[in-house]
Amino acid sequence: MSQLYRYPMMLDLRRWIQIVATVLSNAWLLFPFTGTIYQGKLKSFCVPGLNCYSCPAAVGSCPLGALQTFMANIRPSLAVGNFHIGFYVIGFLGLIGSLVGRMPCAWVCPFGFMQELIHKIPSPKIEIPRILAWLKYAMLVFLVILLPLLVVDLFGYGENWFCKYVCPAGTLQAGIPMIILQPPLRGILGTLFAVKLIILVVLLVSMVFIRRPFCRTLCPLGAIYSLFNKVSVFRMVHHPDNCVLCKQCYRNCPMGVRFYEGANQKDCIRCLQCLRKSCKYGAISYEVAGALPVEKKQPVKES
Amino acid sequence: MEKSGYKTPYLLLIFFLIVLVVGINIGEVEVVLEKAISICLSCIGIQ
Repeated sequence: MSQLYRYPMMLDLRRWIQIVATVLSNAWLLFPFTGTIYQGKLKSFCVPGLNCYSCPAAVGSCPLGALQTFMANIRPSLAVGNFHIGFYVIGFLGLIGSLVGRMPCAWVCPFGFMQELIHKIPSPKIEIPRILAWLKYAMLVFLVILLPLLVVDLFGYGENWFCKYVCPAGTLQAGIPMIILQPPLRGILGTLFAVKLIILVVLLVSMVFIRRPFCRTLCPLGAIYSLFNKVSVFRMVHHPDNCVLCKQCYRNCPMGVRFYEGANQKDCIRCLQCLRKSCKYGAISYEVAGALPVEKKQPVKES
Repeated sequence: MEKSGYKTPYLLLIFFLIVLVVGINIGEVEVVLEKAISICLSCIGIQ
């Protein structure tokens, strides 16, 4: 029996989970009446995906925004004897990463889901240079950690650099809806908003042609999770003796991962599309805590 | 992969669980809530 028929519901299941996660992350449907964002206790909790907490419908906090806020406020916090340096968010991201690595990107991130849907628009598809994948680590180090930490005002407060200058999810989910909901905000729109709008439009257009361009090149949240891919409880497994190097896994991968070069690469988001849809030779499987849930197939390569 | 390699995820899980609990105990949940219930104009590129 081929892998194709072993996991017949897997892809559909992922779509459903993406839909449910997107709705649950943005479940405050009263915002058209209140004209502002949700302000309840649920916002104490971070969501695992990229979902701006200034989105009028958001019911949870974006871990990336929260992390930057801690970095930006460390000095004033220490000055008054608090040690609010982001343990809560770092612990949350580390727990998820240790369990499943970058899996949230494929299963519960609303922005990742949107990129996959836009990429379905029929068009010529192009590939990006692999070196661009390192850009997201630069975003993480500089815009999420160092600049909020080091560039501060007279009172010691920094800024959320990634949110402010780059994040397209913030522009799409929060910026645009808020200027619709609160007309007075339109009067203070400036160059910054225009720049962010251009970034958003460029990314939206590129999503048609390129597989998950934001996740692969710019997302610091994916960069954090990716650090756990090789050491998480859930891991992908490559069986080289079964692999015929047909590269079907690469063609069907929403992240353009060349699985045949090795499992658990940093851009693998564990969507399991390669397992379910691509590999007919039993070269791809996964393990949970070191155990293979499905017995490995015998090699099919001819000697 | 060596058997010992399978200990790493559990050590990481315990470590980050402790970090999370420390964060909750020193009041960081309230800090996250306080930030998230205000519209962050700079975060969304308006100001």
